[in-house]
Amino acid sequence: MSDIVLESGLAVREGARPRRRHRLVRHSLLLAGRSLTKTRRNPGLLLDALFMPIIFLLLFVYLFGGAVSGSTQEYLQYIFPGVLVMTLLLVGMLSTGLSINTDVKKGVFDRFRSLPIGRSAPLVGNVLGDTIRYVVAAVVLFATGYLLGFRVETDPLSALAAAALATALGFSLGWINVLIGVLIKEEVIVQTVAFLGIFPLAFGTNMAVPTDTLPGWLQAWVKVNPVSDAVDASRGLLTGGPVAEPATMTLLWSAGFLVVFCPLAVYVYRRRS
Amino acid sequence: MSYAFQADGLVKRFGKTTALAGVELAARPGTVLGVLGPNGAGKTTAVRVLATLLRPDAGRAEVGGLDVVRDAAKVRELIGLTGQYASVDEDLTAVENLVLIGRLLDMSKAEAQARAADLLERFELTGDAGRRVSTYSGGMRRRLDLAASMIGRPTVIFLDEPTTGLDPGKREEAWRLIRSMTDGGGTVLLTTQYLEEADALADEITVIDRGTVIATGTPAELKRIAGGQTITARPRDPKRLVEVAAILNAVSGREAESLRRDVISVPVSGDGEHAFAEAVRRLDAAGIGVTELSLRLPSLDEVFFTLTGHRTEEEEAAA
Repeated sequence: MSDIVLESGLAVREGARPRRRHRLVRHSLLLAGRSLTKTRRNPGLLLDALFMPIIFLLLFVYLFGGAVSGSTQEYLQYIFPGVLVMTLLLVGMLSTGLSINTDVKKGVFDRFRSLPIGRSAPLVGNVLGDTIRYVVAAVVLFATGYLLGFRVETDPLSALAAAALATALGFSLGWINVLIGVLIKEEVIVQTVAFLGIFPLAFGTNMAVPTDTLPGWLQAWVKVNPVSDAVDASRGLLTGGPVAEPATMTLLWSAGFLVVFCPLAVYVYRRRS
Repeated sequence: MSYAFQADGLVKRFGKTTALAGVELAARPGTVLGVLGPNGAGKTTAVRVLATLLRPDAGRAEVGGLDVVRDAAKVRELIGLTGQYASVDEDLTAVENLVLIGRLLDMSKAEAQARAADLLERFELTGDAGRRVSTYSGGMRRRLDLAASMIGRPTVIFLDEPTTGLDPGKREEAWRLIRSMTDGGGTVLLTTQYLEEADALADEITVIDRGTVIATGTPAELKRIAGGQTITARPRDPKRLVEVAAILNAVSGREAESLRRDVISVPVSGDGEHAFAEAVRRLDAAGIGVTELSLRLPSLDEVFFTLTGHRTEEEEAAA
């Protein structure tokens, strides 16, 4: 490519080199590295990932434990798998749209968009860089759970799988927030819309109480809510029970969200003025 | 004739606002094109179309003979962009910013680092290369921004108001660096609100207003349209204003007027420097001390007034 001369007589820039392979992957990873550096420089950005797990676990266990299970200890075993799913969703999704929105406004993305890189690379890079938040939140949650007395009843590998499954769902749902981040101009509104969208998903599940105690309309929602499948799978993986079906459903939903919202976000980002 | 970039009949609307209403721009390789206009004239929109960030609603644009819409990916191989808002990452250091861009341009790590070091040296940032950009002054940030657009040795560089917000000393420093950008044969499109800036840097100037081109020419041609330069004087003793006016009338052959209190101005056509030197000699001979004496280009306001019949302030207020 480097020695073609265009009709106008301009040679292609001398620095041009033969295209290397896997460019989208490489560019996305480079930009994920940038996102990680930014997080390292502003550790305050991780505060929610650090404290959300602790607060959620303490609140849910001690608020509802006595009423629902009669004992906080028993309830902890019941609710922990659900809190894992909910926390990872919230921690992952809330930040991604916001960081992209900030980038878009600061003009950094304009430069990225003027570079010969895949249109989706800056978005994918941001989302990948944010996976550190899932790791932090999961570690803190398991540590807090352990201190309070939660015990994994299966094996460490299954526990890891439970965290990975919740992360997969968070990662694919996160693209909804990426879409919101590139679609909406006001930072505050990005956060509000993200919150409003996530709450029914994250809380409207079988996490805290058995589904059959709920009114009919809510039961209907809880049953279709893909997060409930993730909670079921998480329970199976952490405290025993059926795993295959809810895990498959979770992965299918995740794939579905990814297939719909990732291209949509990239499309909107490309068309954005 | 071949152009490094060329735009024909560009139209871009945002809702009810027409940002570009048929703009023509072109620059020959190795030259600087200045795009001059007030806020809201459409300068940024034109740059964004040429830099493949926006699709025009009508018209076409080419960079290096490649269509900016159809061959956008290839155009991006040729261009460098410095946007109006600092387009570097504040949380990264200067080196990290430049190396990241180099690597996104498929340079190896070593190549990217070498290129970054070269540019930091050239843009006089070596001493601060390891500091986070958030600690930089406005001038340093701008220099880094200019360096960032040079990483891939682009053949066409777009600079959108590169000196807006800089104080005069820093502005001249930026001018020096921008001038050096064409050294390697690159072509620069520079937007600005300042006639002096276009005059200092551009080989050709295109003046746009309300999304249309209202004049194109070399700086000298434009100044001729706007009636040349102006001599302005402020006598130390305000009572001698009348004498000063007589001298200015004599050297310029035009009627001097006092637009500000105790200050008198006269437009000079043709060789402004000669008239100015003559004014200095005569003021000195008459023993009149001055606290202000200048020869300056017509301001953008004056060029605009001449070309459009309306003032730029009204434009800004209306925008």
